[in-house]
Amino acid sequence: MRRQIKWCGRLATIQMVATFLLLAGSQSLGASDQASTGQATGQPAGKAEVKIDNFSFGPETLTVSVGTTVIWTNRDDIPHTVVSTEGVFKSKVRDTDETFSYTFSKAGTYPYYCSVHPKMTGKIVVQ
Amino acid sequence: MANKNQDVIDQKLQDLNNDGIDRRGFLKCMAWAGTGLVWTMSGGIPVSHAFARGMGKHAGKSADFSFVQISDSHMGFNKPANPDVAATLKAAVDKINGLATPPEFLLHTGDISHLSRAEQFDNVDQILRSARAKDVFFVPGEHDVLDDNGKSYLERYGKNASPSGWYSFDHRGVHFIGLVNVLNLKAGGLGSLGGEQLEWMEKDVKHLKHSTPIVVFAHIPLWAAYPQWGWGTEDSAQALSYVKKFGSVTVLNGHIHQTMQKVEGRVTFHSAMSTAFPQPQPGKADSPGPMKVPAEQLRSVLGITDVNYVRGQHSLAVVDSTLA
Repeated sequence: MRRQIKWCGRLATIQMVATFLLLAGSQSLGASDQASTGQATGQPAGKAEVKIDNFSFGPETLTVSVGTTVIWTNRDDIPHTVVSTEGVFKSKVRDTDETFSYTFSKAGTYPYYCSVHPKMTGKIVVQ
Repeated sequence: MANKNQDVIDQKLQDLNNDGIDRRGFLKCMAWAGTGLVWTMSGGIPVSHAFARGMGKHAGKSADFSFVQISDSHMGFNKPANPDVAATLKAAVDKINGLATPPEFLLHTGDISHLSRAEQFDNVDQILRSARAKDVFFVPGEHDVLDDNGKSYLERYGKNASPSGWYSFDHRGVHFIGLVNVLNLKAGGLGSLGGEQLEWMEKDVKHLKHSTPIVVFAHIPLWAAYPQWGWGTEDSAQALSYVKKFGSVTVLNGHIHQTMQKVEGRVTFHSAMSTAFPQPQPGKADSPGPMKVPAEQLRSVLGITDVNYVRGQHSLAVVDSTLA
């Protein structure tokens, strides 16, 4: 429960930053669960993809530059999640062909896993 | 049909060979007999008997009572491996209602739903209402606690359980323990029971006579069935240390969608088939995802597990039957 509250706090912070940037005319930041990839307006500065196949994240380690939006797509017949080990981001459960995206605004290494099948782990390195 | 039965039998052979028990010849015969297997646990050593389909009694001994384990209904799943999981769950209920010795209750070892949705739980509850055995005891699978950390599962099924969902009960001298090992899973880890649950379990069995038969049931295997695919529970050894002193311990699980058996001292581990779709044998595919078999073979790789208890024998007979 404490973790969830902490997460809510982070989400609120992210949301505030996102709103600010949106007002400043920049693209929005933050996480989103979507049923399909592709954004309604404007191409993000950087986009990168992680595919979930056969109970694994591919590539397992993905290196991107600051500001990149990473999009995970579940291509398995079984639902998965994308959850930051350190509580930075957390998707809802993603069924077949559903996606989750998160924009990385700070450099660092972000380990994550599937909370349903915790043997599935991956890492985003933001430079 | 024969090939399919052969596959199931071969799978059992594989498991048996891992235990170093050679019943290859006997089981080969089972392939053409087209029947099922009865496992009678006696002093921790499984003794197998052939039984004709539909027979509820075995080895001339009638059971004091029996119960049936079903597992992994995955209501809401609609992929090619089984586009109609409601139909196969109904077939499982028909199978249960046709048993010569009616079970006194059912155990469902989790993954009731595919996506933890209310309508999926509703659908299973409705189908199970047509079972003659009215009491159903549940433990959650990881598919039942998605997104809300088990809140909706517990509201529905946890009324007589601890706040986190584990519980025990006694039935005709047998002590049943339902465990939860699908919550708070750590990155890179396996199923997990957690300190609070372990503490509860230790107290739960402390004052029982050592002659009390124990049945422990949980979703993920409480033994290292195949850790590479997450088929194990990281702190299960601690849980099992509390029941080692008992003369008869039967540990039932689902999760792996196939039968598998292991005997360690007086503890017998048994995993059930799914009522929804099969999964590959350990390491025999790229992942443990749903396995597509030809439509006409599907029901031969789905099934139920009938467990019979005979008082005084300190043994439980575990019988797997397919839906074919």
